[in-house]
Amino acid sequence: MGTGMGAPTADTSTSPGFHELPGLMGLMTGDEKHGPAATSTLDALWVLYDRVLRASPATVADPERDRFLLSKGHGPMAYYAVLAAKGFFPVDWLPGFGAYNSPLGHHPDRVLVPGAEIGSGSLGHGLPLAVGTALGLRAQGRTGPAVWVLIGDAELDEGSNHEALAYAGATGLERLHTLVIDNSSATHGWRGGIASRFEAAGWSATTVDGRDHQALYEAFSAPHPGRPHGVVARVEPKDA
Amino acid sequence: MDTMRERFASVTSRLLDEDPRLAVVLAEIGKDGFTDAAQRHPERVVNVGIREQLLVGVGGGLALTGLRPIMHTFASFLVERPFEQVKLDFGHQGVGGVLVSAGGSYDWPSGGFTHMAPGDVGLLDTLDGWTVHVPGHPDEAEILLRQAAAAGDDKVYVRLSVQANEAPRPVDGARFRTLREGRQGVVVAVGPMLDPVLAATEGLDVTVLYATTVRPFDAETLRAATGAAGEADVVTVEPYHAGTSTRFVNEALLDRSHRVLGLGVSRQELRRYGQLDEHLAGHGLDPHSLRERITGFLGR
Repeated sequence: MGTGMGAPTADTSTSPGFHELPGLMGLMTGDEKHGPAATSTLDALWVLYDRVLRASPATVADPERDRFLLSKGHGPMAYYAVLAAKGFFPVDWLPGFGAYNSPLGHHPDRVLVPGAEIGSGSLGHGLPLAVGTALGLRAQGRTGPAVWVLIGDAELDEGSNHEALAYAGATGLERLHTLVIDNSSATHGWRGGIASRFEAAGWSATTVDGRDHQALYEAFSAPHPGRPHGVVARVEPKDA
Repeated sequence: MDTMRERFASVTSRLLDEDPRLAVVLAEIGKDGFTDAAQRHPERVVNVGIREQLLVGVGGGLALTGLRPIMHTFASFLVERPFEQVKLDFGHQGVGGVLVSAGGSYDWPSGGFTHMAPGDVGLLDTLDGWTVHVPGHPDEAEILLRQAAAAGDDKVYVRLSVQANEAPRPVDGARFRTLREGRQGVVVAVGPMLDPVLAATEGLDVTVLYATTVRPFDAETLRAATGAAGEADVVTVEPYHAGTSTRFVNEALLDRSHRVLGLGVSRQELRRYGQLDEHLAGHGLDPHSLRERITGFLGR
């Protein structure tokens, strides 16, 4: 993974906090199309990387690291800002966002971005890959790493997600976690709400305010023995 | 003699015992061949149910953790339906695995077109870096499957078929093999098309090359074979769409005057049932039709 350059070491005494993220995002101009999508993920990403995930620049090659798969690859500015803030790559990469020679595309590429666990952009690929990742870790006797995947509410429309949802629930993939960012962007949505879809498939599921860091943290860390876990993070509608 | 697919199940089950890096992913089809292996290695034989996008996506996820996935189902459901998963969950992620298909272009003729995939190799040709093996015999399939499983992080497609040649030939997983030498042209016979080609060209002054690895395309052997002829006349006989390898022949002979006749399965549906030999005749791939088409081409 990564560009071949060594991942920079995180300097915790000066690493940016949550309140610096808008400034980091401001360095990446030109991605106006996905603006609302970009900020919808910001708080959830921050809480995961700051308080939940055992993943850091020092662990990018550690097989015991937690995995975070960004399936909703659109509007990746929040993701890049968080990765830069956590020291996975230099902040000075951000202004090049989307340029020909930049490793930071408008959809992330695992081969180019240190810390990115998958390349994404076409919707509906992250959850099946996360299922395979969870199975692969288990098959190798690695029961510690958590596997997280972030999908959008409209992305959930993709049928590949339902193949993965049904299988993961039926087989009780406990180390699998899905974060659905719900900014009401789906045209049709789910009768009964998104969480009910996960529960019907045998998952543990909860819905929280996607801007409330403590609520997010509690949802992310809630135990879910024998079942995969889904967190639906509701934020303001995409077109608000 | 067992079929290539039966050999796949027995060989891969043994490989699971030998190599802890391997995992098999199935989508119901073919699961009976792995009953014992699934009992011995429950976490490395994964049946996702009838979910082909998940079949390939799970394969990609396994590969991201360092395992080498072997994914299996019928060719239509392995390459065509989940094509974007093949494209993005392997090459784009920078990981590899092995796709092993059954059913081919006409293996279940009474099943009709829903279970036929003559376009599988052509579709994979739109992607970069895939090795494609088309064994012509179960013994060859075994060798190529073992090579594919051991091929590090390469992306490999192994196309199995009920159609098979009478005798196995040596295969190396890379080069075409020269079986006959002649001066009036070169016929490249792919996988199970070898026996019909040998019968069709009996007594003709042509070189016959036997191809069981068609990608990467062995341009070097083809060039050496056509060097003996004046102008290069090449016939490809493939058990999938006619002309699939024409581009590669053209690239191999770009600097030389040459002609290519690409024989294989027609794009137009036959809409027939019946038996394998009837479908081969329907596509003009039986020895008699092949002889007429090849001699017609070479005779100018």
